[in-house]
Amino acid sequence: MNPKIKKIKEFWKDFSSNKVAVVSLIIFMLILFVAVFAPLVSPTDPYDLNTVSIMNSRLAPFSEDFSGNYFLLGTDGAGRDMVSAIFYGLRVSLGVGVLSGIFALIIGSFFGISAAFFGGKYESVVMRIVDIQLSFPSILVALIILAAFGKGVEKTIIALILVQWAYYARTARSSALVELNKEYVDAARCLAFSNTRIMFKHILPNCMAPLIVVGTLQTAHAISLEATLSFLGLGLPITEPSLGLLIGNGFEYMYSGDYWISIFPGVALLITVASINLVGDHLRDMFNPRLH
Amino acid sequence: MTPFIFTRLAQSVLVLFIMSLLVFGGVNLVGDPVEMLINPEADQAEVERVIRELGLDRPVTEQYWYFLVNAFKGDLGDSFIFGEPALKLIIQRMPATLELALFSLFISLVIAIPLGIYAGYKPESKTSKIIMGGSILGFSMPTFWVGIIFIMIFAVHLGWLPSTGRGEIGTFLGINSSLFTLNGLSHVFLPALNLALFKISSVIRLTRAGTREIILQDYITFARSKGLSEKRIVLVHILKNILIPIVTVVGLEFGSLIAFSTVTETVFAWPGMGKLIIDSIYNLDRPVIVAYLMIIVTFFVFLNLIVDILYTFLDPRVRIKGDSQ
Repeated sequence: MNPKIKKIKEFWKDFSSNKVAVVSLIIFMLILFVAVFAPLVSPTDPYDLNTVSIMNSRLAPFSEDFSGNYFLLGTDGAGRDMVSAIFYGLRVSLGVGVLSGIFALIIGSFFGISAAFFGGKYESVVMRIVDIQLSFPSILVALIILAAFGKGVEKTIIALILVQWAYYARTARSSALVELNKEYVDAARCLAFSNTRIMFKHILPNCMAPLIVVGTLQTAHAISLEATLSFLGLGLPITEPSLGLLIGNGFEYMYSGDYWISIFPGVALLITVASINLVGDHLRDMFNPRLH
Repeated sequence: MTPFIFTRLAQSVLVLFIMSLLVFGGVNLVGDPVEMLINPEADQAEVERVIRELGLDRPVTEQYWYFLVNAFKGDLGDSFIFGEPALKLIIQRMPATLELALFSLFISLVIAIPLGIYAGYKPESKTSKIIMGGSILGFSMPTFWVGIIFIMIFAVHLGWLPSTGRGEIGTFLGINSSLFTLNGLSHVFLPALNLALFKISSVIRLTRAGTREIILQDYITFARSKGLSEKRIVLVHILKNILIPIVTVVGLEFGSLIAFSTVTETVFAWPGMGKLIIDSIYNLDRPVIVAYLMIIVTFFVFLNLIVDILYTFLDPRVRIKGDSQ
C-alpha cells in the first residue's frame, strides 16, 4: 500500500478513537460547507434590499409573513431572515478567522524556525518580542491596534494576526530546536543545501503537527475574539455583518424580550468555536508524547 | 541579579516608548475629532479657534513631544468631551473596575479549585468528564454573549438581579465599594460571574493538571502508607501544593481580567474604565484613548516586571541564566 495512504489511515484510526472529536469534526465540516456556499443554501439573500421588507421586522421564530415566507428563526430589526443572516455571518466570521490564522501561521513559523536555526542575538531578540507580546492578554493587543487605528476589515485581520503570531512562533521554535539535532538536518547541511531550503523544506514539514494543534485552537480563539471586537463596535464595519455584529444588533432589542435576534447568532458562534476546540483538544492529546 | 533587573527595566521602558509612539501616532491618524465636537453650524473662525485650542494645528511630531513632556509631569491631556484631565477621569473609574475584577477572581477560584481537584483526583469518573467537557464549553463561549443571556434570564425574564450600573456604594475601612452593600452586591454579581466564566475554565484545567501530577509524588504515597485519611490528603497535602502554581498564575490572570472587563462593562453598563475607553473610542476622545492605553500598558509592563523579578528570587535557575547574558 502507498505509505502516504497508510499514514492517513493510521491517523484516522487514532483520531476516530474519540467519538466526541469525530462528531465535532463532522459538525465543523457542515458549518464550513454552509459558510462557503452561503449564497446557495440560504433561504433568502439577507442583504438584497428587494427581498427584505421592513414590514417583517422582528418576527418571532416559526412565523410566516403575509406572502407565505417562512422564518424558522424569526427576523431581525430590519426584517431579515435570521437563518440567512447567520449563514452569511458564518461566512464572514470564518473567513476572517481562517485568513488571519493562515497569515499568523506563516509569519509565526517563519520567525520561530529562523530563530531556532540561526540562534544567537537574532533568536534572543525574536523570542524576547514573543515573550513580551504573550504577556499581554489577547484582547488588549487587539484593543490597542483597533483603538489607535480605527475599525475596518484589514485592521481587524491585522489585529488578529498580531494576537496569534507569537503562539505559532513559540511552538515553531521549540519543535525546530528538537528537529535541528536530528541527522537529516546534518545530512542536508553536508549536501550544502541553502539555509532557506533546510529551514522550510526539511525542518518545517516536521514541525507541522504541533503547529496544526496550535492552529486549530488559535483559529477558534480568533473567531471568538473577532466576534467580541465586532460586538463592541471596534472590529468589522456594518458592511461585513459577522456573527458578532448580528449579536450586537440584537442586543438593543433584548430588553423588549426579542431574544432570538441575539441568541441564535450566538448559538452558531458557540457551536463553531466549540467544535474547533474539541477537535483541537483531541489532536493535542494525540500528538502529546507524554500521554502515550 | 542586578544586571538582570536592569536589562528587564530597560526593556520595559523601551516597550512603553514604542507603545506611546504606536498609540499616539495611530490615534492622531484616524478621524477628525473636531467634526464631532463642533456644532455643524459653526463658522470657519469658530472651527479654527477650537482647532487651535486643542493644539491640533501643530504638526503631529510637536504634539507628540508635548504629550511626552506632559506625561512625565503626570498630565495626559484633557478629555475633549468632558473637559477634565483624562487621568482624573480614568482614576475616578478605576475602583469600579478593580472591584469587579477582584470579585470575579474570587468567584472563579472558589468554583474552580474544588472542581479542578476533583477532576484530577478521580480523572476517570463521569463527573470529572462532565467537568472537563464543561471547561471546554466555558473556553468556547463568547463572554459578551453569555452576558447577554445572563441579562435576559436573570434580569429581563426572572427579574431577580439588576443588569446595569453599580448600585449603592458602601464604605468600609475608608474604602468605597459596592461590595459593601447588599444592593451593590446584587449589581456586581452578574457581571462578575460573567467575567469569571473564562477564568473558571482555565483554573479548572490548571488545578486538574497539578493534582494529577501531585498525586503521583512520593509524599502522597508516604502519607497514604502512614494511614492518613483521604480527606486529609486532599485538603492538606494536595490543596497546599496545588496553591503554588495557582497563586503564581493568579497575579497575571488578574491583569487579564482587567483587560477583559472592557467587554463585560460594556454589556452590563458597569461604570468602570473599560466602558470609558469604549465610549471614548466612539466619541474619538483622543486624550482619553491614549491615556487609558498608556496606563493599562504601563500596568501590564510592570506587573510582568514584578513577576519576573519574583521568579528570580524563587527559582535560582532563572537568575543564573539572566546573569550570564
